[in-house]
Amino acid sequence: MSLAVAGAWHLQALLGSLGRLARSPLSTTLTLLVIALALALPTSLRLLVTNAQLATGNFANAVDVSVYLKTDVPLAKAQQLAQAAGQRADVAAVTVIAADKGLADFRTYSGFGEALQALKENPLPHVLHVLPRATDSSPAALESLRRYFSAWPEVDLVQVDSEWVMRFNAILEVMRRLLLIAAALLGLGVLAVIGNTIRLEIQGRRAEIEVTKLVGGSNSFVRRPFLYTGVLYGVGGALLAWGIVAIAVAVLGDPVATLARLYGSRYVLRGPSRDDIEILLGAGAALGWLGAWISAARHLRSIEPRA
Amino acid sequence: MITFERVSKRYPNGREALTNVSFNIHNGEMVLLTGRSGAGKSTVLKLIALLERPTRGNVVVHGRNTRTLKARHIAAFRRRIGVVFQDHRLLADRPVFDNVALPLAVAAMPLKEIDKRVRAALDQVGLLGRERSLPLELSVGEQQRVGIARAVVSKPPLLIADEPTGNLDPGLSLEVMRLFRRFQDVGVTVVVATHDLHIVREFGQRVIVLENGQVHGGDGLDTLPSVVATR
Repeated sequence: MSLAVAGAWHLQALLGSLGRLARSPLSTTLTLLVIALALALPTSLRLLVTNAQLATGNFANAVDVSVYLKTDVPLAKAQQLAQAAGQRADVAAVTVIAADKGLADFRTYSGFGEALQALKENPLPHVLHVLPRATDSSPAALESLRRYFSAWPEVDLVQVDSEWVMRFNAILEVMRRLLLIAAALLGLGVLAVIGNTIRLEIQGRRAEIEVTKLVGGSNSFVRRPFLYTGVLYGVGGALLAWGIVAIAVAVLGDPVATLARLYGSRYVLRGPSRDDIEILLGAGAALGWLGAWISAARHLRSIEPRA
Repeated sequence: MITFERVSKRYPNGREALTNVSFNIHNGEMVLLTGRSGAGKSTVLKLIALLERPTRGNVVVHGRNTRTLKARHIAAFRRRIGVVFQDHRLLADRPVFDNVALPLAVAAMPLKEIDKRVRAALDQVGLLGRERSLPLELSVGEQQRVGIARAVVSKPPLLIADEPTGNLDPGLSLEVMRLFRRFQDVGVTVVVATHDLHIVREFGQRVIVLENGQVHGGDGLDTLPSVVATR
């Protein structure tokens, strides 16, 4: 059998499967919808994790390191240190908050203005306010920054506001695991739905299968249209899932942007990337094929022609 | 071509359909298989088409012993046998063309070639031009002829038929049997199971009579009326 002839017959099987799906639009749609929902959920979770990750990348601006110098360090020395720190690749900006400015701010914002008047001299040190670069806001990067500043003899205390970053990363890790569990369970669900749909179709086409086997149809020939049906269900469900996710992203886009603005960020919700879509469609096709194959292997064997 | 060697067949329900049956059918022969309902005619055909395997003994078709043939070779084995049923077993939701084309489709023949062969087969049974009809739009006799076209379209060297005239009136029955004889004329081995005495007399070049699952003594026609039911 030439490749072209084999291709023509596969095309025939594919078109036949498509035609049969089109002939019962209601049940096909319902099945596709179930598959789509099962695929849309892990896809949304994946998007949630990706977005959370990207968003925290942007929030790195909010992560800062406060370097408290010893009180006897003069302002000139503080400025010199700030310049040196600014050279580092993982540092975006360094601002020097002079002790006087610090005290003035404290007076204004703390509500202890009166009490502070009583102080004879300024007890506050000069402070370097360090902004890490957005790409280097991981807990490890912040820790290395802390160690760098702590090594200076002029430094009294380094305060890294990184606890929430670590907590957030831990939450992300939990979400990632949840995503894996959901994907595995819902993948099994898709297998079951497609397997059962194929089982019903095999039962409905029993006479045809018998006759086909009788005239010498091999098992692979008999199985072929069912495998195509399975793949069509899988890919169709995946496309529908893509649509569902796209609608969800469109609906959530504005409120998320507003929320981000309130936190001083210009973050915009990301839709599924090319990779996400490829994984979604690939998983749909693979699950459809596998579900149909398992079902066909189980149920076709029992159908033998009778005379 | 077909050898039954001390063949017995017992079905799972315990009924012994054939007991110690032996016969030979040679290439190009046309053999009528006759006997009462339940005498084992259908079982013989099932054993030939490998729809069943013998409980004891050997069935050899085209040099292949059906007892030892591996499952993956069954499809290829069946492609060399054309089968006609009493109830013709057409797919009601497919047009005549698709029904007849099925044996060629499973052999993955190029579509152009299929088109040619299906037309030729339909022409042989006198139904050229009815390709797009659905089986139920045809008369019973026409449906049976579509079934025959499907059985011969792949030009198998062996044609078996189980009561092919069972649902037909005498005129149509003769027509169908003449068709079988034409296939024999071009070298096809034909085995027809029938309990129609009239047909047996008219076409019985060679007759195998079955009675209670055994071959009835000799090939003679003389004893026929006593063993074949007057149904």
